[in-house]
Amino acid sequence: MFKIIHAQFIAPGIKRFILEAPRIARKQRPGQFVILRVNQTGERIPLTIERSDPEKGTVNLVVQSMGKTTHLLNSLETGDSILDVVGPLGKPSEIAKFGTVVVMGGGVGTAMAYPTAAALKRAGNRVITILGGRNKDLVLLEREMREVSDTVFVTTDDGSYADKGLVTDKLRQLIENGTRIDLVLAVGPIPMMRAVAEMTRKERIRTIVSLNPIMIDGTGMCGGCRVLIEGKSEFACVDGPEFDAHRVDFAVLVQRNSMYRDAEKRSMDDYKRELEAKKAAVKTEAETACVLEGK
Amino acid sequence: MATTPTKSKNPIPNRERIKMPRQHMPEQPPLVRAQQFTEVNLGYSAELAQQEALRCIECAKPTCTETCPVGVKVKEFVQLIVEGNFLGAAAKIREDNVLPAITGRVCPQEDHCEGGCLLKKKGESLGIGYLERFVADYEQQHFDTKNIVKAPPTGKKVAIVGSGPSGLTAAGDLVQKGHQVHVFEALHEVGGVLTYGIPEFRLPKKIIREQVDYMRAMGVEFETDVVVGRTVTIDELLEEEGYDAVFIGTGAGLPQFMGIPGEHLNGVYSANEFLTRINLMHAYEFPKYDEPMVDFRGKNVAVIGGGNTALDAIRSALRLGAGKAYVLYRRSEAEMPARIEEVKHAKQEGIEFQVLAAPIEFLSDGKGWLSGARCQKMELGEPDASGRRRPVPIAGSEYEVPLSVAVIAIGTSANPIVQSTTPGLNTNKRGYIQADETTQRTSRKGVFAGGDIVTGSATVILAMGAGRRAAKGIDEYLKSGQW
Repeated sequence: MFKIIHAQFIAPGIKRFILEAPRIARKQRPGQFVILRVNQTGERIPLTIERSDPEKGTVNLVVQSMGKTTHLLNSLETGDSILDVVGPLGKPSEIAKFGTVVVMGGGVGTAMAYPTAAALKRAGNRVITILGGRNKDLVLLEREMREVSDTVFVTTDDGSYADKGLVTDKLRQLIENGTRIDLVLAVGPIPMMRAVAEMTRKERIRTIVSLNPIMIDGTGMCGGCRVLIEGKSEFACVDGPEFDAHRVDFAVLVQRNSMYRDAEKRSMDDYKRELEAKKAAVKTEAETACVLEGK
Repeated sequence: MATTPTKSKNPIPNRERIKMPRQHMPEQPPLVRAQQFTEVNLGYSAELAQQEALRCIECAKPTCTETCPVGVKVKEFVQLIVEGNFLGAAAKIREDNVLPAITGRVCPQEDHCEGGCLLKKKGESLGIGYLERFVADYEQQHFDTKNIVKAPPTGKKVAIVGSGPSGLTAAGDLVQKGHQVHVFEALHEVGGVLTYGIPEFRLPKKIIREQVDYMRAMGVEFETDVVVGRTVTIDELLEEEGYDAVFIGTGAGLPQFMGIPGEHLNGVYSANEFLTRINLMHAYEFPKYDEPMVDFRGKNVAVIGGGNTALDAIRSALRLGAGKAYVLYRRSEAEMPARIEEVKHAKQEGIEFQVLAAPIEFLSDGKGWLSGARCQKMELGEPDASGRRRPVPIAGSEYEVPLSVAVIAIGTSANPIVQSTTPGLNTNKRGYIQADETTQRTSRKGVFAGGDIVTGSATVILAMGAGRRAAKGIDEYLKSGQW
């Protein structure tokens, strides 16, 4: 059991958990992730580690409600527990002095990019950060990113905050302005990472993406997370999660991530129905109580 | 432990015993069991067990024990069954085997104890596996683990990495010698391949839990959710957590793929993933459990491979409602590595065997999903390095099989996580850990290894044999301090 020391929504549908996980906290390096299982009947899902505190023995996770498991997770509060958390998994990010690094975070992907950005800054790189979100609420960790970046640009799809547009628009501007870029790190939704890869391929800028295929064990045992890297199978859990963006077959990643769409929808629908039934039961109980009290 | 020869309590003369037929294992009818995940074999009753035990001819030099990788004293435990002392028989097995309810179910007895049984020359071997299973199940129901006698503590601490057959065996043997034993498991449940790999209908999870609970009662500690190499390293265990020795039993791990076109299509699984979803994650109980599985009810499923894992996968597929279930194996049935009993059970259940055939391409439906496999027929050529005749493709023999799901069960390779995070730990060119064949010592002081991570994929009982040797090696090292 892993105790939740603190849980708080940081944006609509996005919650930050501070978990008691001393072993993981001690070993976590930027770029790594955990796999967790909420309860006995739960599935195992990989999640980003935003940061860890080895002294306090805690790790932070940032979770966006997507399907049943993440909704269930985000219903947990301070003081609750998560049944299983294992990690840190995956290869840590390569940290070196590259020169100028552009770190691009899309939505909740920013949480994964943040520790790597911080480490790259500490390693002496000039860090230009581009954060994006569908709207103002979904631009995450701006304050934290400002602390570890030389420059921060923000874009929103709907223009509700900062510049209207996509993170790739900003990247194109930087390239067109003649900014020397030695490395791009892009973490976010697959279409965003794919667009970044296409743009930097032409410019021959080395680009790293962090992939998020479906996983089970996270130790290389099942091969479910295999991704096609220049025509060769690699396992995101042990060979990744970070890969050279120009070698990744994004179409296969999208296709494999859709494998359980029907089952995922069914789980989510069942979960919603359960919640509504519970709400209705609570309401009926309250109404009954009111009637009994003669109100 | 020294044993004194006792006079046989078996009243039947040997020449009569060899004429007695082998008692059949009661099993669920094929068409009933193919619909559900409950255990196929139902187990001997006490009467059947005693009847079968009477067949043992009590050889002066029992080959059954010699051919057993952990050296179970078969003749002696069988005689205790004859005498009706079932708990005594269980204790006798436990002197050499800490997982009798598991080996009684999944051990390939025909390759070991029963293969060496003299009765086989006259007809059928003694049902040693069935008898072991009976005794172990009897013990589970009738023995109170409070009565376990613990060895005086030595003050030494041993870490076991991996809770599969080799790790559990090493743990059981070491705790009986008085060492403090702590087992680390990467997954959320203990048992390793026994838990994620072997399906409920062959080895119920309840049996594993009971055997593990027995080990807890013996004093073994278990910690799940720890990936040694990632969560903690071998060096940290030795230097910071105060362990005097470490045993690595992490198993073979990484699934092999075939490297043929279409392997990334939706619907193509490794056997490890397919079985892990079903066994560890209970996908067969979706939506009660959240882990999903592709819905292939009424559709065609094939497994590629001829080992126990392949048969476990395809028999699971059948139970999940596959319309047609095929085994595609590139050699002939004689070369199949699977246990004879599993092949028999699979055929009874309606699995179709297409031997001397191998897929050369997985075909797409145009939307990213598997629609079939293009296969090639084979003939057997000269023997290869494994001693089995090599399959050679027959030119122009290609044919297509329509499929919704294909499960690749052609073997595994070494999982590198521990090796790559333990400096000075020598591996062979295939990435497996090098260990001494007698003591299981590795190139690192205080570090031992055994099971599939040393030998490559093998069987439960061979891994257990390695666990036993390692426990002996570790005990000697802890006592002498000599490396």
